[in-house]
Amino acid sequence: MRQVIRTLSLSALTASLLAGTAAYAQDHHHEGEAGNAPWSQADAYYDPQDMAESRNKAQHHAGGQTFWFVMADRFELQFTDDEETGVWEAQGWLGGDINRLFVKTEGEYSLEHDEIEDAEIQALWSRAVSPYWDIQTGLRYDIEPDGKAHGVFGVQGLAPYLFEVDAATFVSDDGDVTARAEVEYEFLLTQRLILQPRVEANFSLQDIPGRGLGSGLTGVDAGMRLRYEIRREFAPYVGVEWQGSFGDTADIIEAAGGDAQGTALVAGIRAWF
Amino acid sequence: MVSRRQFLSTSLQAGLVLGATSVLPAWALPASRGNTGLNALSGNRFDLVIDRFPVSVDGRTALATGVNGTLPAPLLRFREGDEITINVANRLDEDSSIHWHGLLVPFYMDGVPGVSFPGIRPGETFRYKFAVPQNGTYWYHSHSGLQEQLGHYGPIIIDPRDADPVDYDREYILVLSDWSFEGPHRIFKKLKAMSESYNFNHRTVPDFAQDAAEEGFNAAFEQRAMWGGMRMSPRDIADVTGATYHFLINGHATADNWNAVFSAGERVRLRIINASAMTIFNVRIPGLPMTIVQADGLNVQPLEVDEFQMGVAETYDVIVQPQDEKAYAFTAESIDRSGQVVATLGPRPGMRAQAPALRPVPTLTMKDMAMDHGAMDMGGTDMGGGMSMDGTKNDTGMADMDHDMSGHDMQGHDMASMGGGGDVKRGPGVTKLAAMPSGRLDEPGLGLEDVPHRTLRYSQLRSLEPNQDTRAPEREIEIHLTSNMHRYMWSFDGVKFSEVTEPIIFHEGERVRMTMVNDTMMNHPIHLHGMFFDLVNGGGNHLPRKHTVIVKPGEKLSVDISAEHVGDWAFHCHLLYHMHAGMMQVVSVLPSGKTEHSMSHDGHPPRHKTPMQTDGMQDPNIQGHDHHKMGGEH
Repeated sequence: MRQVIRTLSLSALTASLLAGTAAYAQDHHHEGEAGNAPWSQADAYYDPQDMAESRNKAQHHAGGQTFWFVMADRFELQFTDDEETGVWEAQGWLGGDINRLFVKTEGEYSLEHDEIEDAEIQALWSRAVSPYWDIQTGLRYDIEPDGKAHGVFGVQGLAPYLFEVDAATFVSDDGDVTARAEVEYEFLLTQRLILQPRVEANFSLQDIPGRGLGSGLTGVDAGMRLRYEIRREFAPYVGVEWQGSFGDTADIIEAAGGDAQGTALVAGIRAWF
Repeated sequence: MVSRRQFLSTSLQAGLVLGATSVLPAWALPASRGNTGLNALSGNRFDLVIDRFPVSVDGRTALATGVNGTLPAPLLRFREGDEITINVANRLDEDSSIHWHGLLVPFYMDGVPGVSFPGIRPGETFRYKFAVPQNGTYWYHSHSGLQEQLGHYGPIIIDPRDADPVDYDREYILVLSDWSFEGPHRIFKKLKAMSESYNFNHRTVPDFAQDAAEEGFNAAFEQRAMWGGMRMSPRDIADVTGATYHFLINGHATADNWNAVFSAGERVRLRIINASAMTIFNVRIPGLPMTIVQADGLNVQPLEVDEFQMGVAETYDVIVQPQDEKAYAFTAESIDRSGQVVATLGPRPGMRAQAPALRPVPTLTMKDMAMDHGAMDMGGTDMGGGMSMDGTKNDTGMADMDHDMSGHDMQGHDMASMGGGGDVKRGPGVTKLAAMPSGRLDEPGLGLEDVPHRTLRYSQLRSLEPNQDTRAPEREIEIHLTSNMHRYMWSFDGVKFSEVTEPIIFHEGERVRMTMVNDTMMNHPIHLHGMFFDLVNGGGNHLPRKHTVIVKPGEKLSVDISAEHVGDWAFHCHLLYHMHAGMMQVVSVLPSGKTEHSMSHDGHPPRHKTPMQTDGMQDPNIQGHDHHKMGGEH
């Protein structure tokens, strides 16, 4: 069964990446041949080849450009009673209006143990399918703790009432299915002082003993961050985050002598380029 | 002996003086530097050099891209009907161009790379040669990349061949523009990444608290929910704002105080050109009425107002007749009230008028969304009942609104069936269609509805001369102005210029009605090259003829066009970054007797191969061609 899921997910992944490449190429294709030129009356006065080149360029530079974007949404220290953890969550993209290559990464670094405890990176083909929603598919690789690879299928976008949503399902190379959903909202206290509630929920379709996960809702992070946008691109923040584990996952943690719930103070930087 | 400190201080002062007096053409000098009005200089040959050069803007230095080393570029002044030769040398390391905005030149002299010519390559000189059958105030600017934002714009005055119907004692040019110390590509990238990067006028939680106190919690909440439900902001007024822009008059920020002199009782003609990249301005001179005598270069019946809203690329000539020996504040305020620039008109050089305070930020309404009360029942077949809601205080209906809206656009088809946007390509680039667009020619523009003085409305403009072509249009085409603000995508009919596969076809000699529907939440100054819009505003045979028309949010307006000038002509929103994002098309006026198909490659007139060198346009065949066959001028 797991083998089947793995095969399916990997072939789906390959197909989607191929489709992405094709779609990207298609969006960036321009009619170069004068015979297909949408207009060409100036060809009677100037070299048609020069006109063809400038026509392609003019069209490309009015809607066909490629852009990139990098954002560290959370780059923070989390302080609890007994430990300090560095947390990052960043994403970037490269592409046009419709098709983009997304890279997302997040992870945790224990200052106490001076080691990365958790780190993942995703490479996704993202396609705009409606005014506010992108479908994203690709690969996730967990650098820590265990070097697992996952196929990813997700959506990212802006829901009505201006909730930012990022949700994805992951199928690991063991065939384990997990999911994660993040929702953020922004309250403008002033034009620059912004209060951002954020909720992240994680799910697992099955027990994954190697990761201490039970099936069902495994964990929730609910935070509130207050940032000041010195510039729109650069904002330090402080906040608080509640982190809880649920169900069998909580039992596993508690059986190991851990706390299934905790609250952390956070301080960090949000920046984009 | 000069100590180092003294030396530094001296050179700094010199720098400052130099800065404040950075190179300007004579017309753009303030009165404090000897400009007491334009000289009636005329020429028929101009040599222009496009290059990068240092400028001082609002006390800081930067590198501009422009013409002949000045910001703004030199005035080109010539006489109606004269044949003009303009040699343009490109000393940039990238292509450049000059487009003669509003001038009825042969299309291959229009200066739009990829549409009317190949552009001017680095190191090359292109010779423009034309004669135009018109007079008035116009301007010129780059049509390449984002050079316009960097200072590549200047004024044109064409003096009438016969007596000028406008009587004046003194004249000045006022070129309004917006300058940023951020590079234009950086600005565009930021808009693409976060479209509201420059918006510091959002409604905040304290605003909400105030609304709740004034209108009750439910009303205030429903308002917010309605806008939030549609993922829109009622303060989405300008994309690029005073947060990065320094607004300029003739290259001068308010602190630099561009000043002009008058003698009391004189009739002073102000030729005002909005050469901004992105800024729609509200123009007023508190305490001094302005009589509009010309719009977009064409004379209009004199109309006295106290303020008018001016789209990017529009020009207005006004007569002012100051009676008092005092300093008046010529004020150009950004439509979103994020900044302004003030110049001084005074009886003596160097006076500085008191700048008026910035006024409160306006807020968009249901009408801007083109979804007012009547549109709530989405089945609507009988919605033509005219617009009922007005102003900002009307809350009724907003609650219903969000019911209907919130669920719908998840399906991506929400209003296509009811908006009448038949040929709009729906997709990620189009968030909504105007369900119920309205006629808004009788409105003065966003934020001017309630000002306590006289404002210009398009409906009031009347051409001075009777219209030459009063034929009824033979056919009508409808064009939708479409966008996704969130993704910063802008287009016509949902198709970006990069995706266009066929132009809009006109046939030589035909009269076409173009009806534009603004599905977006923003004002768009729409410009068609090579032909004037006869704005259908109820003016009978005195319709104002304009090269650029603001289409308000949710507005539906019509212009009639006489397709006299054969060629391929650019058609676009004159907000630079909207055009750059795709809000552009080409209008192809095909020669009469030809069909679209016969214009294929073999159907062209004999080709005159024209290399891009200085001597390019000296071929006598081509000159003959200009004015008789292609241009169709009279």
